Amino acid sequence: MRVVIAEDLALLRDGLIRLLEAFGFEVVEAVDNGPSLARALAAHRPDVAVVDVRLPPTFTDEGLKAALEARKENPGLPVLVLSQHVEQLYARELLSDSSGGIGYLLKDRVSDVAQFVDAVRRVAAGGTALDPDVVAQLLTRHAREEPLQALTPREREVLGLMAEGRSNAAIAAALFVTEKAISKHTNNIFGKLGLPQSEDDNRRVLAVLAYLGG
Amino acid sequence: MNVRGNAADRIGEYARRGLLAFVRGLIQAVLAMGVNLPLMILTILSFAFIPLGIGLVMVPIVLTTVRGVANQQRLWASEWSEVRIPVPYRARPENGDRFFPRLRWLLTDPATWRDLLWLVINVPLGFVLGVLAGSAVLYGLEGVLVAPWLAQITDYGWGPFWPLGDYGVIGIAGSIVLGAGLACVGAPLGMAILKGHALFSQSLLAPTRTVLAERVEHLAETRSDTVDVSAAELRRIERDLHDGAQARLVALSMNIGLAEEMMKHDPETARTLMAEARASSGKALVELRDLVRGIHPPVLAERGLDGAVQALALSLPLPIDVRTDVRGRADAPVESAAYFAVAEILANVVKHSGAARAWIQMEHTGDRLVTIVGDDGTGGADPRNGSGLRGIERRLAAFDGTMAVTSPLGGPTVVTMELPCALSSPKTLPSSGTG
Repeated sequence: MRVVIAEDLALLRDGLIRLLEAFGFEVVEAVDNGPSLARALAAHRPDVAVVDVRLPPTFTDEGLKAALEARKENPGLPVLVLSQHVEQLYARELLSDSSGGIGYLLKDRVSDVAQFVDAVRRVAAGGTALDPDVVAQLLTRHAREEPLQALTPREREVLGLMAEGRSNAAIAAALFVTEKAISKHTNNIFGKLGLPQSEDDNRRVLAVLAYLGG
Repeated sequence: MNVRGNAADRIGEYARRGLLAFVRGLIQAVLAMGVNLPLMILTILSFAFIPLGIGLVMVPIVLTTVRGVANQQRLWASEWSEVRIPVPYRARPENGDRFFPRLRWLLTDPATWRDLLWLVINVPLGFVLGVLAGSAVLYGLEGVLVAPWLAQITDYGWGPFWPLGDYGVIGIAGSIVLGAGLACVGAPLGMAILKGHALFSQSLLAPTRTVLAERVEHLAETRSDTVDVSAAELRRIERDLHDGAQARLVALSMNIGLAEEMMKHDPETARTLMAEARASSGKALVELRDLVRGIHPPVLAERGLDGAVQALALSLPLPIDVRTDVRGRADAPVESAAYFAVAEILANVVKHSGAARAWIQMEHTGDRLVTIVGDDGTGGADPRNGSGLRGIERRLAAFDGTMAVTSPLGGPTVVTMELPCALSSPKTLPSSGTG
């Protein structure tokens, strides 16, 4: 799987390259600023890009802007955005074109290597990987509302993991239950929230996020 | 044709200036007699009635009216004669809507007494200068067009203003020549007299050095506040780092060192230690992130006030309607002050107001950033009760900003903040097109 990395801190950039290569990814280019990232994305059309929000030359949200721009040219281009902090605002912007293939994670999450690599693979496959912090904020924001009140604590837990972009199998593994139990929960959740059922994992995640983000 | 047009233009312009001098002179004369004089008498009466009690009620009303009249004069001086007279009054104190503080505020301001001095002198001076300015052109015109001729037709004779009737032809020629001369210089003369009056007003109505002294006092006060606040802030950051992230990193390196030792003969314990180390580093990162957010939120650096306030609104557990019109970036310290003010107010909204909705309106107009935060909660917020609102006020004061709170019991609460600041043009990011 071909990856482009954009990260301005050399230590982190080298770490990411080493980590991804150890798990069988091919890092086609690693850049350290916004304009180079735009060029690399257009030139390589990678299977997935791992991008730091803040990049030179402006040290503002250069990386995010470049990623959004590239996805406008090339819809669905899988991008996993990393940052020292997560903002609902950025999550909303990333998810706004609802074409999938989006990840938005705190840099800390890299330390859980297996989970991180799983997130990169998921994004590359057109799925979603949303940071638990973002999801938690989304859920508290809506916690007072009627339909969410109707969910059991377990169902809310499942909803959170679903919003992070995980498949039924992954949720089942995380909660130490069977996949069958999880699919029962998801059916209940979709029923209570009045969302249309969907067998497609990616579409299911986007429906949940659209519900929470709206 | 061109020359004729120019001449007509010039005459028109001259007539316009003459008419202006006439109208403005008249206004000044009427103001002096019709407003200043009664106001002077009222002022004296209100002070005389203080022992009777009624004076106490009258004084603030009369003095406020005097300020209104003086402010009107300041406006005219700058509009008519380009003599700038800044308003010298002291800032209204926080409790200025109550009776005695208001009275104290009015009476202890030296500008009040200078206003009154102006009021008294202006009665004769404003009248005389006003009449002179207003009548210069008119008087000249009378000398040319009316006085020498009217005597033939009516009983008015030469009238009281041109007493030259007894000198026959010489008198007629004299009044025409002098009248024409006066009519010619009348307009600029009238304007000059008005300017003279404006300068007189400036000498009494403009701020004196004491205002500068007050400004220095205000700056010294806000500076010491700012220094105190930032010292406390640094102390807090030091403590947070010392007890938080730093301590965790120590524990982390200890765990890693131990794990290194254990690796060979007890890999299972080593693995546990490494897991602990990872958890500890995660916690250190969370603490550092919170700390950074408290010092200068990253989103503020990345998106400016506009984006940061929107991000803030999105991160809170109630719907907040955000309208911003801030094109460009303010200086970082101003952005930060405005952001933390909004953040503090919203934190209050979440904690205390019981509001179901809130709204933020942020706008940069002229040279001020005006931010209004409102909610539909229970109200009753009071900056005097030592809440976070007082801190915001102090933070804003460092930038000459102000805050006003209206929060009746039962709500709604509306906080209005104003910060003088200039915006730099919006940062243009290099385009990320294909290359």
